[in-house]
Amino acid sequence: MTTFLKLLFRNRLAALGAVVLGAIVLLALVTPLLPLADPDVTATGDRFMRPFTEGHLLGTDHLGRDLLSRLLWGTRLSLAVGIAAALVAGTIGSAIGIVAGYFGGRIDNVIMRGVDMLMAFPYILLALAIVAALGPGLLNALIAVAAVNIPFFARNIRGVTVGLAGREFIDAARLAGMGHGRIILTELLPNVASTIVIAMSTTVGWMILETAGLSFLGLGSQPPVADLGSMLGEARAALITNPHTSVVPGVMIFLIVMSINLLGDGVRDALDPRLRSGALTRPRAVTLVDRKGQVPEADQKGLLNIQSLETQFHVGPRIFRAVNEVSLHLNPGEALGIIGESGSGKSVTALSVMGLVASPPGVITGGAVRYAGEDLLSADYRSLRQKRGNNVAYIFQDPLSTLHPLYRVGDQLTEAIQAHHAVPDATARARAVELLKDVRIPNAEARVRDYPHQLSGGMRQRVGIAMALANDPDVIIADEPTTALDVTVQAQILALLDDLRRDRGLAIIFITHDFGVVGQLCDRVAVMYGGRIVEEGPTATILSHPAHPYTKKLMACVPELGGGKRELAAIPGLPPVVSDLPPGCAFAPRCDKATEACRVGEIGFTGSDTHRVRCIHPEEVLA
Amino acid sequence: MGAHILKRLISAIPVLLGITVIVFLIMAMIPGDPATAILGSYATPENVEKLNRDLGLDKPLVTRYFIWLGNMLSGGFGRSFSLNRPVIDEILDRFNATLILAGVSFVLCTLLGILAGVVSAARQYGLADKAITFTVLIGISVPSFFLGMMMILVFAVNLRLLPVSGMYAIYGGGDLIDLARHLVMPALALAVVATGVIARLSRSAMLEVLRQDYIRTARAKGVHERRVIMGHALRAAMVSIIPVLGIQAGFVLSGSVYIEIVFQWPGVGRMLVDAILKRDILLVQGGVVFVAAAYVFFNIAVDVAQSLLDPRIKT
Ligand code: SF4
Repeated sequence: MTTFLKLLFRNRLAALGAVVLGAIVLLALVTPLLPLADPDVTATGDRFMRPFTEGHLLGTDHLGRDLLSRLLWGTRLSLAVGIAAALVAGTIGSAIGIVAGYFGGRIDNVIMRGVDMLMAFPYILLALAIVAALGPGLLNALIAVAAVNIPFFARNIRGVTVGLAGREFIDAARLAGMGHGRIILTELLPNVASTIVIAMSTTVGWMILETAGLSFLGLGSQPPVADLGSMLGEARAALITNPHTSVVPGVMIFLIVMSINLLGDGVRDALDPRLRSGALTRPRAVTLVDRKGQVPEADQKGLLNIQSLETQFHVGPRIFRAVNEVSLHLNPGEALGIIGESGSGKSVTALSVMGLVASPPGVITGGAVRYAGEDLLSADYRSLRQKRGNNVAYIFQDPLSTLHPLYRVGDQLTEAIQAHHAVPDATARARAVELLKDVRIPNAEARVRDYPHQLSGGMRQRVGIAMALANDPDVIIADEPTTALDVTVQAQILALLDDLRRDRGLAIIFITHDFGVVGQLCDRVAVMYGGRIVEEGPTATILSHPAHPYTKKLMACVPELGGGKRELAAIPGLPPVVSDLPPGCAFAPRCDKATEACRVGEIGFTGSDTHRVRCIHPEEVLA
Repeated sequence: MGAHILKRLISAIPVLLGITVIVFLIMAMIPGDPATAILGSYATPENVEKLNRDLGLDKPLVTRYFIWLGNMLSGGFGRSFSLNRPVIDEILDRFNATLILAGVSFVLCTLLGILAGVVSAARQYGLADKAITFTVLIGISVPSFFLGMMMILVFAVNLRLLPVSGMYAIYGGGDLIDLARHLVMPALALAVVATGVIARLSRSAMLEVLRQDYIRTARAKGVHERRVIMGHALRAAMVSIIPVLGIQAGFVLSGSVYIEIVFQWPGVGRMLVDAILKRDILLVQGGVVFVAAAYVFFNIAVDVAQSLLDPRIKT
């Protein structure tokens, strides 16, 4: 509760709302004690006096009544009526909602049908009908406004109650022989009370506005008693000659409603965990690059060359080092595997290449990524966009969430083509069909008109692959392309990728946690752990002579290459949290061979350029 | 698609009946003698007695409902005593004006609201976002009737740019330009609150969507950021914006009652308020049932629009 209040008041606007509302409520409370003129005493000789005249701070109205006094009394009345309406609607609506939610079944059905019917009305029609039946008057307006808002409470509270009614403590109470009434009062009500209070406090502004509205129309408070709405309604006749009589009550309604809105927004924001975690911030078009150190010298290795890449996630005061000093290169036509558990930094490494790490919270803090010699991290958006999909293309893990659900697959393919080539629609569409044929989708002419949800998982991933091929890129980065698929489909997709690679001379980076995949497809493999590369070398060498204890364990998890169930749980312990890595080897807590030396200082690579390992006691001593 | 529309239309029947039941029940709350309420206080005692017999007041509530429904549907909602003409004629005369006002206002708040929300999301925490957020906060807090009055004061009285009120100029008006000049202020005043609500919702819907994987895919393809936002993200965000448009249309329709009063707009809302003040019950219940029914059909249209946008909804 105190943290909630702190959050609320860190929000300056909410605090402002609280102050303004507090002041208005206080004024309304002490109004009877203030030395004010009688709000209803008319003095036609003094009509329409301007604000700031002697004895009438805000002037007088068309009957010579003191506006300040009428304003304060009117505010008092409007607040009282609005709050009363909120209480009535909240109580009756919540009662209905609790009954519907608790009993469920037919009772629920009938009640909610009725609520739906009420909600089918634009609210004012219902209010007008009620006032028409009961006759104009403030009490009737209050009843109308309350009645109109009952469905809102009923529906909200029913939702919460349904969630609670199935819980064990309700069952327990029932088994203990408690009656329905007692269960509702002693078990349910305390749990929904806070929801009811919040719903009431967020709607009270509405209720004030609505009753003021009815009074404005002449259907609420009747003369000489005035709330803010009827003050405004009466002043309307003199709007042009004496606008101040309209402005005074109008501004007061505005202030009340705005301060309640500000406060309500503050409450909502303070209760929303997504706002604090940054889950509701817009990711930029390109990952933020903020390199602290020097940009490493180009070393001319490979077509795609990653040097000392550092990518971090900045979440509040915490820093997650997702990728730490990673260097890799990819030669033309080569297949490189990056393998590791989830959280090892392999996907973030891959996404960093084209600036696709969501930012915020992602920041690239060091290193270089060069494509054909050009540093992509210092490239501007234009040139990076031109390379995305055209030179370096991606295949993502789960094609159900990575393909746009509302576009036909054909349109998504033509869009990929037209992003880089100004070709006519017809040409692009023909090419899209070609692409689907290339990835062996049967009946491609018809499939282009399908939406992603109409395809099977395997077919969807073929579309994902076709999209990556659309512009004949030199490099494809496949981020766990088969993980979401079942085993037989996995094999087909892998075979397809392998064929495409050989036919087109593609260079592929394969991100995976599966040595089976690596063995089948990759020329070289890099093993990542805790954001770092711990071993790298030719696939055959690593498969036969793994040097890093982690690599060896990872391989032991694969019962048989290319098949069977692959689980990493066989390695005891959990992957490290990259926000606080221990000094020394990150794998030490899970390593059988760990010694004291492993837990201090930086451990560098040993071995050669072709096969290197980051371990003090490697399984194999590398030349 | 045709079958889907038909299905929605059929499902509207119970809702429409429900609306009549609710209006009937509300009207049954009228204190005192309903016949007097219907005929007005100057009715002759014979007429009152005859009507009381026709309404079947001695019969149970359910029977009375069907008598009431039958009277309403066969007699075009009955005859208004204050206007001395059939209620349906008066409604049809007035409904056009309301439809123009609320319709234009609805289009305005939809376009402006979505645009503001998208800009706000695309420039999150930037100057434009802050300016829009602030304007929206003011907008949703100003009572539309007060805003309308202030607009009259500034644009009609002080600047003399626009006519004070009404739908057409009394002398020499009547064409489309005249209508447009009269429409500007009421349509804007009516649109403001809904614009604010739609802008807020669009902003948060966009921010939600921009985190999705398929947005990353579009970027990875090399799609231009403008197209990512205005195409991929907006399209997906519309799925959660459209249902709210239906709800906001109800609020625009509700607000039109106030705006029609402030701007002397000859619509159904003003008719209803006048009818209540004159205690012309038949006119009120006819107007309420008619407009509520129109709103039900509008919501069916919203529903169909939603299923056109989202292929995952089974049609
Ligand atoms: S450095 Fe030490 S702890 Fe780390 S893997 Fe090698 S032996 Fe194990």
